Amino acid sequence: MKRRINIWSEIDWITIILYLLIVILGWVSIYSAVYNEEHDKIFDLSQRYSKQMILIFGALVIASIVVVTDSRFYSLFAYFIYAIVILLLIVVLLLGKEIHGAKSWFEFGLFRLQPAEFAKVGTAMALARYVSSKSFNIKNSKNVFNAVVIILIPAILIYIQPDTGSALVYFAFILVLYREGLSGGILLIGILMMVLFVLTLIIDKMIIIIALMVVGYLVFLIIDRNIKRFLIAALIYIGLSGTFFGLKEFAGLGLSVYLILILSLILSGFIYSFFIYFYRIRKAVLIYMLMFGSIIFTFSVNYAFSNILKPHQQKRINILLGIDSDPFGSGYNVNQSIIAIGSGGFSGKGFLKGTQTKFEFVPEQSTDFIFCTVGEEWGFLGTSLIVLLFTILLLRILVLAERQRSGFCRIFGYSVFAILLFHFVVNIGMTIGLLPVIGIPLPFMSYGGSSLWAFTILLFVFLRLDISRLEYLI
Amino acid sequence: MKNIYENRKYVFGALLFLVVIIFIGKLFSLQVLDKSYQSTANRNVLRYIMQYPARGLIYDRTGELLVYNEAIYDLMVSPNLLEEFDTSVFCDILEITHEDVHNRLQNAKAYSYYTSSPFLKQISSETYAVLQEKLYRFPGFFVQPRPIRKYSKNIAGHALGYVGEVDERAIKSNPFYKMGDYIGISGIEKTYEEVLRGEKGVNVYMVDVHNRIKGSYQDGRKDRPAIVGTNIISTLDADLQEYGEKLMVNKIGSIVAIEPSTGEILALVSSPTYNPSRLLGRGRSKVFETLRTDTLEPLFNRPLMATYPPGSTFKVINGLIGLQEKVIFRKTEFYCYGGYTSGRIHVGCHNHDTPLNLPEAIQNSCNAYFCNVFRRILDNPVYPSVREGYNSWRDHVLSFGFGQKLESDFAFELKGFVPMDSYYDRYYGKTGWSSLTVLSLAIGQGELGITPLQMANMTAAIANHGYYFTPHIIKEIEGETIIDERFYSKHITTIDSVYFPIIIDGMDKAVNDSLGSGSTARIARINGITVCGKTGTAENPHGEDHSIFIAFAPKDNPKIALSVYVENGGFGATYAAPIASLMVEKYLKREITRQWLENYILETDLIHSEKEN
Repeated sequence: MKRRINIWSEIDWITIILYLLIVILGWVSIYSAVYNEEHDKIFDLSQRYSKQMILIFGALVIASIVVVTDSRFYSLFAYFIYAIVILLLIVVLLLGKEIHGAKSWFEFGLFRLQPAEFAKVGTAMALARYVSSKSFNIKNSKNVFNAVVIILIPAILIYIQPDTGSALVYFAFILVLYREGLSGGILLIGILMMVLFVLTLIIDKMIIIIALMVVGYLVFLIIDRNIKRFLIAALIYIGLSGTFFGLKEFAGLGLSVYLILILSLILSGFIYSFFIYFYRIRKAVLIYMLMFGSIIFTFSVNYAFSNILKPHQQKRINILLGIDSDPFGSGYNVNQSIIAIGSGGFSGKGFLKGTQTKFEFVPEQSTDFIFCTVGEEWGFLGTSLIVLLFTILLLRILVLAERQRSGFCRIFGYSVFAILLFHFVVNIGMTIGLLPVIGIPLPFMSYGGSSLWAFTILLFVFLRLDISRLEYLI
Repeated sequence: MKNIYENRKYVFGALLFLVVIIFIGKLFSLQVLDKSYQSTANRNVLRYIMQYPARGLIYDRTGELLVYNEAIYDLMVSPNLLEEFDTSVFCDILEITHEDVHNRLQNAKAYSYYTSSPFLKQISSETYAVLQEKLYRFPGFFVQPRPIRKYSKNIAGHALGYVGEVDERAIKSNPFYKMGDYIGISGIEKTYEEVLRGEKGVNVYMVDVHNRIKGSYQDGRKDRPAIVGTNIISTLDADLQEYGEKLMVNKIGSIVAIEPSTGEILALVSSPTYNPSRLLGRGRSKVFETLRTDTLEPLFNRPLMATYPPGSTFKVINGLIGLQEKVIFRKTEFYCYGGYTSGRIHVGCHNHDTPLNLPEAIQNSCNAYFCNVFRRILDNPVYPSVREGYNSWRDHVLSFGFGQKLESDFAFELKGFVPMDSYYDRYYGKTGWSSLTVLSLAIGQGELGITPLQMANMTAAIANHGYYFTPHIIKEIEGETIIDERFYSKHITTIDSVYFPIIIDGMDKAVNDSLGSGSTARIARINGITVCGKTGTAENPHGEDHSIFIAFAPKDNPKIALSVYVENGGFGATYAAPIASLMVEKYLKREITRQWLENYILETDLIHSEKEN
C-alpha cells in the first residue's frame, strides 16, 4: 500500500543544506581559481565559473526530477539503468573523444559527458538490487562472486579507457558488502595487503620477509600459549634453514638466500602439518597460511610494480612514498598543491588573493585540485570547514542509510556513503600529500558537469528512497 | 527483523572519525605549524627585477661634462622558457656564430635553469633596434636595459678610471654587488664608487607558472626605485688635461699639475694613455688585453706609480734644508771647477761662472754647490755623527711628502723611496758610510725614488712657501659641503717660510734671467708670467736619461704648480721644460702664443724614433 505524503516536507533537508553549502563553496572556489584580471586576453576562463553556475542550476533541476520520480522506479529499473551505463562505457571506448590520452568522454558540441561518473549510480543501483534480493546470501561464495562481477565490469571498462582513478573508486563497494555481512577478515586481509604493498616498495624485501616470519611465530606463541611447541616450531625452521646454509657454504650449492628462506618455510610447513593434525591446532594453519601468503604477496607486488604498472603510475607512487623526489617532474602537482595549501596559513590569503592558484602553479586547480584554492585563500579555517561539512554529510548519509527498512535503500545508501567517502579521502588526501595523485574529483566542488550531476543524482536518488520508507509500510 | 550486521555501522563511523582526525591533523601541521610554505609560495610567484641606477656624472672644475651614461642592452635568457628558434636569423642579428649560441646557452643553463642570466651583454642600440622587432620569435630571450659609461672627450683615462663587471671576490665581500653588476675599477670610478654607484632599486612583480609577469606585487608597495648616483665635480681642468695629453703624444712620461693653494689636481697626464671609451662595450676584454700586453704600458698610471730619481730638481730641497739647518745662507758661495772632488769621489759639473751664491747655484744647477751643501748638512757639527745628520736631512725631506703615500684619492699611489740610515748600514756597515758615500743624494740621484705626483706636490709646497694640501682629484660631491677632512688640512714642512724666497729667486732666475747668465730653463719663459722652475735629469741606466721639469707660476700668488717627466727625453730643458711652460700658458692665458714651441713639442716623437734607432 502506498501512502500519500508531501515529498518536500519529508525530504531530509539537513542533507540538502549540506549539499547546497558544499556546492556554493565549490562554485566560489572555482570562481577564485579561474579568476584573472586579464581573463579575456589569452584564455576564455571567465566562462568556467559561469558554466559551472549553469551546471549547478541544471543539477538542481535534475535533483528535483529525481525527487519527484516514483521511488519504485529506481529499484525496478536498477538493472536496466546498469545495462545502459555499461553500454555507454563500451560505446565510449569505441566512439569517445580522446582527451589527455584517455577515451573517457562523449562530446556533443560544447557539452561533454563522462559516462564513468554516471556508471557509479547504475552500479550502486544494480548492486543494491542484487544484494537486497531474497535469493542473495552473503555466505554463498557464488552470490558474492556475482556481486563482485557487478562491481568489476564497469571498473574494468573504465580502467581500459584508461582512467585508473575512476576505476579505483569501485573498490569502495567492498565497504558496502562488508556492511551486508562480508567477512571482516577479507577487509583486514585487504588492509594487510595494502600495508605490505607500500612496505615492499619502501623497505628491502629481505627485511619484510624476516619480519613477517618473526611476527608469524610470535602470533603463534601468543595464541597457542605454549612455549614448548613454539620452540619446537622455531627449531624446525632454524634447523632446516641452517642445513641449507651449510649446503650452500660447504657443498657449493647455488642457492640464493631468498630461496633458502622460502624452501625452509615450505619444508617446515610439511613437518608442521603432522603436528597440527596430531595436536589439532587449527589456528596454526591460519597463521602459517597468512605468513606464507604475505611472503608470496611481497614477491608478487615487487614483480607487479615493475612489470604491470605504467611508468607514470610507478612514479606517482614512488613520489608519494618519498622514494623519488623530483619537484619539477612528476611530483610537481603534489608539491605545488602542498605549497598552496601550506601557504594559506591559519586564515588564508583572502578571496582572490591566492598566488599559487591564481598564477596557475597548481595544475587542474578548478577540477581535481580545487581544495588547494580553499586552502590557500581561506587557510586552515576554510579547509577544516570543508572537511567538517563533508564529515557531517557522510555521517548524515550513514544515519539515513541505517534507518532504512528496505535492504535496497540501505545498500544504495551505503553505496552513496562509500563512493563519497572514497572521493573525499582520496581527493583531499592527494592534495595534502597523504595519498598518490589519483585524478578523481572532489564531490560537488570540482568543476565539471558530469561529476556534479552524477553525484547529485546519486545523493538525491538516495534522499528519494529515504522518503519511500514512509510510503511503504512493509 | 533486525539486521545482524547492524553493529558494523560503528566501524564506518570510526573509519570516518579516523579520516577526519588525520586530515585535520595534517592540515593543521601544514597550514598552522609549518610556516615555510608561505615563503616557498612567494619564491614561486615573486620576481625581483633590479632597477639599475644611473651612475653619478663626472664634471671638470669648470662644469664641463666628462663622464655620463648611455643605455645599452643586455640580452638575457631564461633557459626554462626557451623554445626552438631560427638560429640563423638570430646569429645574423647578433653577429655571433652558431657555436657561440650553443656555448652561451650551455653557460646560461649551467648558471640556472629557472632564473635568467645574461646571454649577450652590451648590445649596441643599433643591434637592439633590429633585435627588438624580432624578439618575439625567440621565446625565452628578453632585453634588459642598463646604463653604461660614456666619455665626452676621451681624456683623463687614468684619472677618471673605468668601470667593469664585479669579480667574485667583490660579490662575496660586499652584499651590494650581484653577478653582472658594474663597479669602478680604477681612478675616480674606484675611489668614489660608493658615491657614484647610487642605490639599486627593485620592482617586485608577480609571475605565473610560465614566468610571465602578471602585475606588480601589492600595487608596488614593495617596490624600491633606483636612486641615481651622486654627481662629482672633479678638480681636473678638461682643457688643460686635453692639452697635456696632446703634448705628450708619442712621448712616455707624465704631467701633474696642482693648484698650490688647495692641492687640487688640475691635470694628471700619463703617457701613453688610452681612450677610456674603448674599455667599455663588448670589445672590452680584447682591448684590455691589447693594452695590458703593450710594451709601452698604457695602463700604467705613471704619475702615481712610476718612481724616478728626482735629479737636479732635488737641489731646491737640499738648498732649503741647508738654509733651515743654517749651514748656508743666501750669500754663501762655493767654487766649482768642473765639478766636486773629494778623495777618489768626483761629481762632474757643466761650465758656468764661479763662484755662485745659492740662487745662482739653482739658476745654473751647479752640482758642486749642492755637493758642498749636502756634506755640510750631514757633517754638521751640531750632530754627534753623520747618522744623526743624515736622519735630520731625511726628516726634512719626508716633510715634503716624499717616501710615503700622499693619501690622495687614488687607490694605487706608490710611496716612493727615501732610504733610511739602516739601508746604508746594510750595504756599508754601521760605521762604513759617510756624507761622501751618499753624495749622489746631493744632486737627486742615487737611491731616491719619487713619483711625479710627489714632485708636483713638492713644487706646490715651495710655491706656498712651506706647506701643501694633500693633492686630490675631487672638488665637490654634489649635495655635500665637504669632500674629506684630510684634503683641508695643511701639511707644514720643516722649513721655515722665510727661506723659500731665496730658493724661489733661484727658480725664477733659472727661467727668466737674461741670456748668458747661465739660466738652465730659459725655454720655459712666458711673456707676462713669472714662471719659476727647475730642470732635472734622472739618470737612467737602461738608456737615455729622463727629462724632468718642475715649475710653478706666477711667482707671486701661484696658481699652478707642476711636474713634467719625459722618459728618455735627455736634459730637463729639452722637452720637460717646454711642455711645462706650454701647460702654464694654457692654464693661465688659455691660449698659446708660442706656436713654434708647441709645434716643436707636437712634432717630437720619442717613441717611434727610439725604436728605429
